[in-house]
Amino acid sequence: MVKGTQVAKSAPVTEDDVYRVLSLVSDPEMPGVSVVDLGMVDAVSVTPDGIQVTLIPTFVGCPALEIMREDAFRRLVAALSDRATAIRVVFTSRTGWTSDRIRPACHAALRSRGIAPPPPPDALPHCPWCGSSDVVAESLFGPAACRSIYYCRACRNPFEGLKRLS
Amino acid sequence: MILQPEAQSLLVELLWQMADDDFVVALRASEWLGVAPHFEEDVAFSSIAQDEMGHAATYYGLLADLGAGARDSLAHLRPASARRNSVLVERQNGPGSYRELPHFDWAYALGRHYLYDTFESLRLDRAVQSSYAPLAESARSIRREEHYHLLHHEAWLRAFEAGKGTDGDARRRLQHGFERAFADAGDLAYSAPWQSGWRRTGLLPDADSLGQEWLDRVSRRLLALGLDVPGAALFRNGRLGQHTPELDALLADASEVVRMDPGASW
Repeated sequence: MVKGTQVAKSAPVTEDDVYRVLSLVSDPEMPGVSVVDLGMVDAVSVTPDGIQVTLIPTFVGCPALEIMREDAFRRLVAALSDRATAIRVVFTSRTGWTSDRIRPACHAALRSRGIAPPPPPDALPHCPWCGSSDVVAESLFGPAACRSIYYCRACRNPFEGLKRLS
Repeated sequence: MILQPEAQSLLVELLWQMADDDFVVALRASEWLGVAPHFEEDVAFSSIAQDEMGHAATYYGLLADLGAGARDSLAHLRPASARRNSVLVERQNGPGSYRELPHFDWAYALGRHYLYDTFESLRLDRAVQSSYAPLAESARSIRREEHYHLLHHEAWLRAFEAGKGTDGDARRRLQHGFERAFADAGDLAYSAPWQSGWRRTGLLPDADSLGQEWLDRVSRRLLALGLDVPGAALFRNGRLGQHTPELDALLADASEVVRMDPGASW
């Protein structure tokens, strides 16, 4: 079910329809941050043969990748299968993911979960809680492959930050 | 992508080495969970293990695409004699077992991972130029992640550097750790049977200079740390399927559940 779409059942599926569904597919560890926000959508193709969504893996060994692929597939089937003959969601290695692909529009959502967006080259992120730049890197490796652990000396809170990958 | 049979066998050989190295080093890294020197290090080594396992899965996937068999079977069901990983990555982290009393050697683990990750990053520098596009594409993503592994090991080496002279025990341990690691590192860059083929086909450009570049880089770093550079010995050659009983034990442990019911669907 896609909220806010008022399309006749017989209308052909558009790429926008597909993107609307994908914008509901969240990273399981960062609810509210979608595969579109993360820049994981490489291509959407809508043809008479069906719908194909090509996703880019973020961190190669991330166990959330398959969960997101399944979620995307299930949501596409639920929303669009009556208007598409076939639906496929695949990963590609052709396009490498970099943290520059993350859309600035989701930075606020990341911060609200205590996760700083990737910092500029050779810089530390600002604290997602108080915005201070008085932070120290505690550990390059955090609770997930994509994140590091920092500490804010201004508000004295630990926080996570997405790794820069370029 | 269609390959001539000779190129295909050269490619498969390269992928076995890359896949088995990462699979085995991931298993050894994962044994530090709960017993690393401090909590952040538990998290770091688990993260590194997870990355390496993901990289291994990618390479086994490329092998599966070439008709070598199912990805999980390639990882779990091949005997040690079929493995092509370096002996360096298969050794125990120290006496004892992580299930009971692990008397693991952190300085050895650091030495081993520093030597291996330096080698791996140099191999990836070449693999991103591979004439086999699926390998080149995967290597580009993997190389970006490996960058963090080396940064992490480097942080430990810098901490050692910062405390140098105040603690003879740290120097003794790190020197000993590197000596143990070097004793198995002789097969890391061994590629005599394949290197001219890899160069000619472009599957791994500059394969011939890999060993020397690795040795130069790690030697310079050790000397800068005030450590002696041990010779890299070659007792067993993992690239030719010669392994230690430690690998048999590791594989038996890792694949115990898979072997209970090989056809099970998960």
